Amino acid sequence: MKADIRKVGLALAAPALAILVALALTTLILIAAGDPVLQVWQVLFKAPLPRQIVSIINEASVLYLSAVAVAIGFKMNLFNIGVDGQYRIASFVAAVFAGANFLPGWLNIIVAILISMATGAIWAFIAGFLKVGRGVSEVISTIMLNYIATYLVAFWLKQAAVKVEGSNATSTAVIAPDSRVPGINLDWLLGTSKEIYGLIFLSIAIGIIYWFVLNKTRFGFDLRATGQSETAAVASGINTKKMVLISMVISGAAAGLVGMPLLFGQDYAYGDTVQAGLGFAGLSVALLGRNHPIGMAFAAVLWGYLDQLSNGLQISAGVSDRLVLIIQGIIVLSVVIAYEVVRRAGLRIEQRRVANQLAQAAPEAKAVAA
Amino acid sequence: MHKVIKGIAVAAAATLALTACSSGGATAPSASSNAPKIKVGMAYDVGGRGDQSFNDSAALGLDKAAAEFGVETKEAAATNGEAESAREERLNQLIEAGYTNIVAVGFAYAKAVGKVAKANPDVKFAIVDDASPDSTGANIMNITFAENEGSFLVGAAAALKSKTGHIGFVGGVGVDLIKKFQVGYEAGAKAVNPDIKIDVKYLTQPPDFSGFGDVAKGKAAAEGMYQGGADVVYHAAGGSGGGVFTAAKAAGKWAIGVDSDQAKTAAADVRDVILTSMLKRVDVGVYSFIKSIKDGSFKAGNTVFDLKADGVGYATTGGHIDDITSKLDAYKADIISGKIVVPAK
Repeated sequence: MKADIRKVGLALAAPALAILVALALTTLILIAAGDPVLQVWQVLFKAPLPRQIVSIINEASVLYLSAVAVAIGFKMNLFNIGVDGQYRIASFVAAVFAGANFLPGWLNIIVAILISMATGAIWAFIAGFLKVGRGVSEVISTIMLNYIATYLVAFWLKQAAVKVEGSNATSTAVIAPDSRVPGINLDWLLGTSKEIYGLIFLSIAIGIIYWFVLNKTRFGFDLRATGQSETAAVASGINTKKMVLISMVISGAAAGLVGMPLLFGQDYAYGDTVQAGLGFAGLSVALLGRNHPIGMAFAAVLWGYLDQLSNGLQISAGVSDRLVLIIQGIIVLSVVIAYEVVRRAGLRIEQRRVANQLAQAAPEAKAVAA
Repeated sequence: MHKVIKGIAVAAAATLALTACSSGGATAPSASSNAPKIKVGMAYDVGGRGDQSFNDSAALGLDKAAAEFGVETKEAAATNGEAESAREERLNQLIEAGYTNIVAVGFAYAKAVGKVAKANPDVKFAIVDDASPDSTGANIMNITFAENEGSFLVGAAAALKSKTGHIGFVGGVGVDLIKKFQVGYEAGAKAVNPDIKIDVKYLTQPPDFSGFGDVAKGKAAAEGMYQGGADVVYHAAGGSGGGVFTAAKAAGKWAIGVDSDQAKTAAADVRDVILTSMLKRVDVGVYSFIKSIKDGSFKAGNTVFDLKADGVGYATTGGHIDDITSKLDAYKADIISGKIVVPAK
């Protein structure tokens, strides 16, 4: 039990260290740029307003889905940069289907979500197939597929677009009111009419499924084994090529969920002003949360918090809100270094502990021998 | 491990790539007056003040109003690919900071303005480039433009000035709004020379709006057109237009500016290659909104700034088109009278 507490402490030390380093470096950058350091931190560390709390939770629920999609790949030692393209093409296809309102109410929502997962899975399958069949690095192929997804969606969007009089925006047909996921109103608790995405439960469910499949099933074991040592996995009879394909497809299916809270809880259509870059944010969140179902949840909330509070930077501190991207970038870089530092420190502590135990045990052994 | 580190490097690069530093949001207190100052909050589109084009045209209107009636202002700009909640939050924070007259620059704000305006009935809003049901309300003024009409005139100018019978169009982002510039331009050019060859290139596709602020992409696109034989290139690409001008300068050919009179706003060394600019008088729209607040004559609803209302037009700075203004003005008269109907898509 004692060892467990030590383990948890070490696990928390790394992200805490990374965040501190990021704050210190950002302060230096602010000083170098001659920006008002104190005001910036005042804006960023202000307690969020009720409406901002809701926005933070909403953003975190979306980022979490993206992070899980990335983490499934990470566990297999696959770097699925394509989550960004996968979620966009999947949301678009789902929006076109749901916007046609073929099906009534919840049936429309459920089928659209399944279609979205299937689309994401197919898009990711291409990268998986290229890797298994032709040895193409998934890093390269998914970056390319992101571009293809952007242009394909832009091309299709023009054909699927429904023109609204007086609007310059391009957007798919709007989903009927009975096929929208109602938000959760926390007015009684927070005092704001802004609602939390109903599909936050989807994020929670995906987190639980992720944890269960990875840790409690044969498949999850195979996945982790292949990720940690491919040769050892092959030796123990795991078909690693099949594992690459399957994990890529599952990662893509999870990516297909990323846009769903936005589609059914906020935008009700897919247009040219949808939020972009969620896949890349998911990469950072998964790295910071160390692919851990709970760690990623905290990381997603931190990301959402920084994003939301950054909106005040331009207005209250006169500093570009893109400063937050610098902070986030440094956190990602320092978290990698911090994990390595903490891992080595952990090893040293462990070695010392074992050495101490051996040293204590040794005299007794001698006595027995004598 | 090796792969993970490689991947991390990519992730970090991706994050940092989004981090092009720029500072926004300056306060510009202005001329003193005894009357309580009108407080105007400006929410710019991607690029913000300093894009030498669309946002700067809006800023010009704000500055003019500030100089005339002493307006207190606060400005903030959008980020590429931002969340819907970020737009709402920007408007809310401007209001909370006491800026009770809000100008939202760009159609991306349509839904956000609609929502925030409903929640703040005492605050007056103006939105540029949108008059959809999303942004219709008793406290919202919609400022829209007939970009196709203005583009028709510069298209005619391009065709009249082209020696090769080959011209180009660089659009920032492939959205319907920019399409309006393109079809107007093409119609104008073809009215002069039905056989003219027109290259068309869009820099990015939504939801990637970086095409409105990427000088390198604008330069590459225009270079390709000049090398292919085009001798006049019109851009509707916001901040990316700077690259088009650089390419024109290097090729010794003409470029046409957009939104602002870019022969005055572009970098000094490229001003002489700007044949003319399609003026989209966002400044007039913004100015008239602030003036209506001052006069107490605020009127909700859509105001169309077209050729007739001098909301769009062409610039003559530099004197490069002095020889053809009579022809352009004839087209202008025909459009105003309805003899020529400029397509919008």
